[in-house]
Amino acid sequence: MSKHFNLTLHVWRQKNAKCDGKFVEYPAENISPDMSFLEMLDVVNEGLIRKGEEPIAFDHDCREGICGTCSMVINGRPHGPRERTTTCQLHMRSFKDGDSITLEPWRAEAFPVIKDLMVDRGAFDRIIAAGGFISVPTGSPQDANALPIPKESADLSMDAAACIGCGACVAACPNASAMLFVSAKISHLGHLPQGQPERYLRVRDMIAQMDAEEFGTCTNHGECEAACPKGIKMENIARMNRDFIKASLTYRPATTSGGGAG
Amino acid sequence: MSVAEQSIAGAEARGHGFLASSVGRKVVMAATGVILFGFVTVHMLGNLTSYMGAEAMNHYAQFLRTMVHGMGIWVFRAVLLTAVGLHIWAATTLTLDNMAARPVGYRNQQNVASTWASRTMRWSGVILAAFIIYHLLHLTTGTVHPNFDHANPYANFVNGFKVPAAAGFYIVAQLCLGLHMWHGVWSCTQSFGLAHPRYNSLRRNFATGLTVLVVGVNISYPIAVLTGFIH
Repeated sequence: MSKHFNLTLHVWRQKNAKCDGKFVEYPAENISPDMSFLEMLDVVNEGLIRKGEEPIAFDHDCREGICGTCSMVINGRPHGPRERTTTCQLHMRSFKDGDSITLEPWRAEAFPVIKDLMVDRGAFDRIIAAGGFISVPTGSPQDANALPIPKESADLSMDAAACIGCGACVAACPNASAMLFVSAKISHLGHLPQGQPERYLRVRDMIAQMDAEEFGTCTNHGECEAACPKGIKMENIARMNRDFIKASLTYRPATTSGGGAG
Repeated sequence: MSVAEQSIAGAEARGHGFLASSVGRKVVMAATGVILFGFVTVHMLGNLTSYMGAEAMNHYAQFLRTMVHGMGIWVFRAVLLTAVGLHIWAATTLTLDNMAARPVGYRNQQNVASTWASRTMRWSGVILAAFIIYHLLHLTTGTVHPNFDHANPYANFVNGFKVPAAAGFYIVAQLCLGLHMWHGVWSCTQSFGLAHPRYNSLRRNFATGLTVLVVGVNISYPIAVLTGFIH
């Protein structure tokens, strides 16, 4: 059995969005290196509950790195020190005895703190609702492979679709910009034929919503790409900019005397 | 209320326009940046005439003042002033937006991918703005020049750099220009959407190459005067 060890946590405690928060120090004792980071927090919370104190609130769901719910900044890095790893997939073997760990929520105006380490990422849902979809008639299913899609396009689309919407890009960005997230969603649909009809409307709608949510803007630092647990590339941001420039140059104002047969 | 209803109405939001949008202002930043990088490159090449002696440089200065019946220089000045103005406007509004986007900062944010150049863009930019004002007062109007002669740009160039403090400020400003260009030249390709795996190393190398060339040659001028190579 591997040796258990002790840590010191400095955790951001905040009652709700309106209250000011502060750092509180907690010991984390007898931690197994085989625990996940969230299991370590579960152990700390059980201790707090036994003492009659309020447990540390944090978001989590699938605990297997695919849902995008877990979110906390560990020692100044979203999802902690390991590349392409969500907090739930981070293990305590990445730390050593006596380490001091600072835990903070995602910090952005657009992500208000709900409690402690939990933030409201509803802004992402509203960006998706503004344009991150395709409109298709439902009905009987089409034949498989009826629409030819080049392998490269399918691969690039899938790479962008790997985004789990956790918000680490916003948390890591020195400007709290959401452009990696928005561009991933735009690329995911834009590489496929099904995404074409709404392609140029989508990019304008999603960027308008992104701006309305008061995210910052990209200054090409690359911190988002480095923090992304799914390896989403900054090339998507360039692609989004390209689509936005084209959409802005070719946009036709809506007219009342539209089309019609004949 | 559903999430879709919470999103701002599409048409209304889209109406906020290119220049009000985040990406639109970044494109303005990039486009004006290209004009300014183009200018510093030509400026650096033109000043190479100083190595060819007083006659060559004064002749070149005369050409700049008289091209297109003396109108050319004013066209260039108008374009540059507009570009600088728009560049500063975009930088200021985007910076204010970025500061507002994170009202509560991290205790100790770890930088993994960003460079010192990318993090100091706004400071290198402010120093460059101050330098440009000084540079115009020094070698264009002669206001802060020890012995300015409108008829002899070469003499102004040599006498200006003989003051070690002035030469030192030029060298510091050029190093700021280097930081600003190295991130900016690469960054503007990203803002224009020019990213592709085939060209990614090319655009990084182009930024590095252009920066080293412009800054290296520019720094050589005050050093050449101070060491007596140009006299």
